[in-house]
Amino acid sequence: MTSLGQKTRELKEKMKGALQGGGEKAIEKQKATGKMTARERILAVVDSGSFHEYDLFVEHAGKDFDMDKKYLPGDGVVTGTGTINGYPICIYAQDFTVAGGSLGFMHAKKITKIMDHAMKLKVPLIGINDSGGARIQEGVNSLAGYGEIFFRNTQASGVIPQISVILGPCAGGAVYSPALTDFVFVVDKISKMFITGPEVIKTVLGEDISMEDLGGARVHSETTGNAHFFALSEPECFEQIKKLMSFIPWNNSKKAEPFPIKNPKSKVYKLSEIFPTDSKKPYDVRLIIKAICDDSDFFEVQELFAANIVIGFARMSGQTVGFVANQPMVLAGVLDVDSSDKAARFIRFCDAFNIPLVTLVDLPGYLPGIDQEHAGVIRHGAKVLYAYSEATVPKITVILRKAYGGGYIAMCSNHLKADFVLAWPTAEIAVMGPEGAANIIFRNEILNAPNPEEARQKKIDEYKEKFANPYVAAAYGYVDAVIEPLKTREFILHAIEISAQKKEDRPVKKHGIPPF
Amino acid sequence: MKPTKKEKPEFESLTVLGAEYSTLYTKKYKDRKPYAPADYKKIYSFIPGTIRGVFVEKDQEVNAGDKLLTLEAMKMDNEIITSISGKIKSINVVVGQMVKKSELLVELY
Repeated sequence: MTSLGQKTRELKEKMKGALQGGGEKAIEKQKATGKMTARERILAVVDSGSFHEYDLFVEHAGKDFDMDKKYLPGDGVVTGTGTINGYPICIYAQDFTVAGGSLGFMHAKKITKIMDHAMKLKVPLIGINDSGGARIQEGVNSLAGYGEIFFRNTQASGVIPQISVILGPCAGGAVYSPALTDFVFVVDKISKMFITGPEVIKTVLGEDISMEDLGGARVHSETTGNAHFFALSEPECFEQIKKLMSFIPWNNSKKAEPFPIKNPKSKVYKLSEIFPTDSKKPYDVRLIIKAICDDSDFFEVQELFAANIVIGFARMSGQTVGFVANQPMVLAGVLDVDSSDKAARFIRFCDAFNIPLVTLVDLPGYLPGIDQEHAGVIRHGAKVLYAYSEATVPKITVILRKAYGGGYIAMCSNHLKADFVLAWPTAEIAVMGPEGAANIIFRNEILNAPNPEEARQKKIDEYKEKFANPYVAAAYGYVDAVIEPLKTREFILHAIEISAQKKEDRPVKKHGIPPF
Repeated sequence: MKPTKKEKPEFESLTVLGAEYSTLYTKKYKDRKPYAPADYKKIYSFIPGTIRGVFVEKDQEVNAGDKLLTLEAMKMDNEIITSISGKIKSINVVVGQMVKKSELLVELY
């Protein structure tokens, strides 16, 4: 009879073998590239002592190409549960030191198992990607694995928050799991994502490009919009994840955890200093958000992509809200292909997870240009209309300055069923700006005037006086209240407070057909 | 664009519906390509490869849909077809020649 102690020692020995991952040499190589190991990463994200690993003894199912003679500890992926800020999560991390983190049948099984857990337990899922791609030796089974993951990503979408962290290569089909999730985190010089790599591009197209320029962290943060958070190091990335988790609920039947109420830093962020009343002058709308929200703590999403619109999380009286704001400092805050795409997706996330939306409006309209028209600004722009119209969370809109034409309608206007539309006295709600309107309405008068330039200016001034204000819209009830700018926070707090039980029904349908 | 807090940004001008706004450009906006209308008289290689067949001669009349060349690329014989009718002005490749992407292959008058 072996004693319990003896059996435990045997177990420990067995675990030690599996826990070593790809072994010392592979780990050394991983570290040399500035990367942490899979388990180190998980431990850095979750609360200390909370991680519990499963499926440590899973073995790969490869039979061909002498794979049956190989031992791959944990089959190249670490899965488990833990807590972040005390809230439960499911997590997996691909282990690049084991067969390059390649995805085989059992590797995928481990991932789908923890995904199924996350769905049953209704807790967020975090996936850390660091993989060379499909395990070619396992053939079609490795493709099956990806497919099973994508299916689950889609089922979980809008039910539990899904977070992807790209800490190494993520290439080919593998990129579509992150693409289906809600937030993608990347780290400078470590993350690499692409469908076809530089080598294929070189042979097929004869074009030379480095991995970094093709699909590095910066490219996905600034150009493609595939990534939502950019960090310079892995530890910085993990802090960002923890911060994001503090703003979002565990699942779609809950609200985000409330925080203690803190007032904005009104001595640092003064509206009178931030905000120019001249509607052609730029300013940083993020400072307005900081002047309004709790503790002036604004957590921006997709900071580097389509900076002409600003999206992100903040708190108002301790409750998470999603801010969407035109950014006059960049491209005058216009809506275009990228900014529409960026805003629409964020609006849908907030709506799915019971996060009230606060929209700050200051835009001259859509970006003019052949490139925009040809890139499909019609269908991309339509996403914003769709997302706002569809959303049933409390919707509060504050019109700061310009709200012209189609841009006015799109930015959560009364007509898309905002619950409260507030306007500052500086708001200009009109079919278009005074310059454009005067040129059209008074075209003949201007052309026939003895001094056309003078006549034009006169008509612009007349139009501005009469229509470039919030009172015409207020007279029709399209603006619910014209407010003193300094009372903005108070108005929003009140609106959120009385909307706490808001319930709005939409027509029953299988699902809508948004202009993807 | 990341931390611009310290540096003073250089504002540029953007005109939307007759009004001129002072603002920053994004990298993408700066890098946008000027529009060039398609010129169907010039036929370029869409992929690098090898010319396997030349089926027309200089000054020959061709109709829209006529096969001009065969370009072998990625183990596929791609038929290069003219989308307009006209007369061949020049043929810039010969059988066996390797071409890069976006090389001018054939031009019509």
